[in-house]
Amino acid sequence: MRVTQGTFSFLPDFSDQQIHEQVQYCIDNGWAVSIEYTDDPHPRNTYWEMWGHPMFDNPDAAAVVYELNECRKVYGSYYIRIIAFDSTPGWESIRLSFIVNRPANEPGFKLNRTEVKGRNIQYSMTPYSSDKPQGSRYK
Amino acid sequence: MPDGDKKIDAKTRYSAGVLEYKKMGYWEPDYEPKETDIIALFRITPQDGVDPIEAAAAVAGESSTATWTVVWTDRLTACEKYRAKAYRVDPTPNNPNEYFAYIAYELDLFEPGSIANLTASIIGNVFGFKPLKALRLEDMRLPVAYIKTFQGPATGIVVERERLNCYGRPLLGATVKPKLGLSGRNYGRVVYEALKGGLDFTKDDENINSQPFMHWRDRFLYCMEAVNRASAATGEVKGTYLNVTAGTMEEMYKRAEFAKELGSVIVMIDLVIGYTAIQSMAKWARDNDMILHLHRAGHSTYTRQKIHGVSFRVIAKWMRLAGVDHIHAGTVVGKLEGDPATTKGYYDICREEHNPVSLETGLFFEQDWASLNKVMPVASGGIHAGQMHQLIHYLGEDVVLQFGGGTIGHPQGIAAGATANRVALEAMIYARNAGKDYLAEGPAILAEAAKNCTPLRQALDIWKDVTFDYASTDAPDFVPTTSVS
Repeated sequence: MRVTQGTFSFLPDFSDQQIHEQVQYCIDNGWAVSIEYTDDPHPRNTYWEMWGHPMFDNPDAAAVVYELNECRKVYGSYYIRIIAFDSTPGWESIRLSFIVNRPANEPGFKLNRTEVKGRNIQYSMTPYSSDKPQGSRYK
Repeated sequence: MPDGDKKIDAKTRYSAGVLEYKKMGYWEPDYEPKETDIIALFRITPQDGVDPIEAAAAVAGESSTATWTVVWTDRLTACEKYRAKAYRVDPTPNNPNEYFAYIAYELDLFEPGSIANLTASIIGNVFGFKPLKALRLEDMRLPVAYIKTFQGPATGIVVERERLNCYGRPLLGATVKPKLGLSGRNYGRVVYEALKGGLDFTKDDENINSQPFMHWRDRFLYCMEAVNRASAATGEVKGTYLNVTAGTMEEMYKRAEFAKELGSVIVMIDLVIGYTAIQSMAKWARDNDMILHLHRAGHSTYTRQKIHGVSFRVIAKWMRLAGVDHIHAGTVVGKLEGDPATTKGYYDICREEHNPVSLETGLFFEQDWASLNKVMPVASGGIHAGQMHQLIHYLGEDVVLQFGGGTIGHPQGIAAGATANRVALEAMIYARNAGKDYLAEGPAILAEAAKNCTPLRQALDIWKDVTFDYASTDAPDFVPTTSVS
């Protein structure tokens, strides 16, 4: 399966040039861009690991693409996403988030059903990969 | 307009009998509205021979303290304060028999935090008043002091996106069709296919409640199986608007509680449940971390005709106060009523922190929303993937685009329809961000994206000629030179 979180997961994977274009769009809007990675793609895993702080005063998308490739050298088998933060009053949150790196094999999620009283079912989902300890999930 | 008759002394004013409203103190051409006044703008069509200023004063009177005759008990009150004051009457730019009347209301006339109380005054008795042929509430200015008495949207656009983990693009939805007749099991199939194919949301229609062919618990159970299956298949947060509309508040709470127990992120209500019920559900939604979707069922009975009723821009303002997170606000390009400028006005009311005066979009007043959460507008009705560039151009990024027929009617099935919409959307956002003139190049951008996506190719082929190009019945009346204070 393909984890389709993020703004562009239904498009073919982006080249570095395409990533550069999107990042520059964010920078030109005044948003701070950051890089995050994880080996736990659960949709409610909010806090991916940060590859450094958001690049608040960086005017050039090339610096983000450079850092992305540095991150890929270490975490090339992980999910990596680019996030843009907008500090405008009334927003103060993420404005764009897209996956720029993903494992070669994405095993997907197990859906767990617990049948409780009546016909009610309580659901949870578990990434198949997260059966293994953090750091050894996508080798 | 000329000043009309000036007020008269107290002894004459309070002698028993009938007096013109404008002489009773409801017409004050020199009045300067206070920052804390609520201001209403009415479109007034007086009966033949009725002076427009008297008509405006009558509206002010009948929507505040007046009755048809003089009453001495006025003098036991600070009646000057409680009287609404018509202070300005302008001919409308395009219709010689219609007038814009500005009426100011003292804040103390209204109970804090109650849309029911506000509307009981402003649209209570006055719309049936005989000296008027027709009356329309066009816009309202709500003072910050009043806005602060309302909870506002339970979740708001920002937190909704954070909860859904979905940024940078419109959300995608679809209403399950056919709207009536599916069993719970069949209904859930549509939900599963649409969500798995790429939509964020599916939706119950306004009249899906609990009918013989599908009772509500059955629908909720099958829908949540579908939502969770689709979430596991995609790694995304998914939702389906479970319509909890019912005959009593007790029943609605019961259904909403069950939706919560099942793990739904969103529930839905219809506008026809009434303002108080909407406010109650908004409080419940805030207390239970639930997004609250409002379907504006019934609104066209009073919003559509330009001379009589309540403009939808006013309904949108009331609903932002009342506390819904989603509201259907028009598509511009789809099958339902919606002039582009007027629709932009509705969207601005839902989404902006502050609305400047904008006569071309129908906003007559500056409006500060005082940090109230933003409402996510929903565009639904006769839209399809081939219009994606126009939809983003007119409606922007913070909107739910709902393709019902445009998903379920896809020749290769529901999931393919959903995928077509999602690919079209992502391709258009990508092109926009990359600096393309996406409105002009829209069809080419879609055609290019379709090279990698057969479902999109098929959607574009089948619906390419579908448009709904009819004249709108409700467009703003303005001349560019008119100035409004």
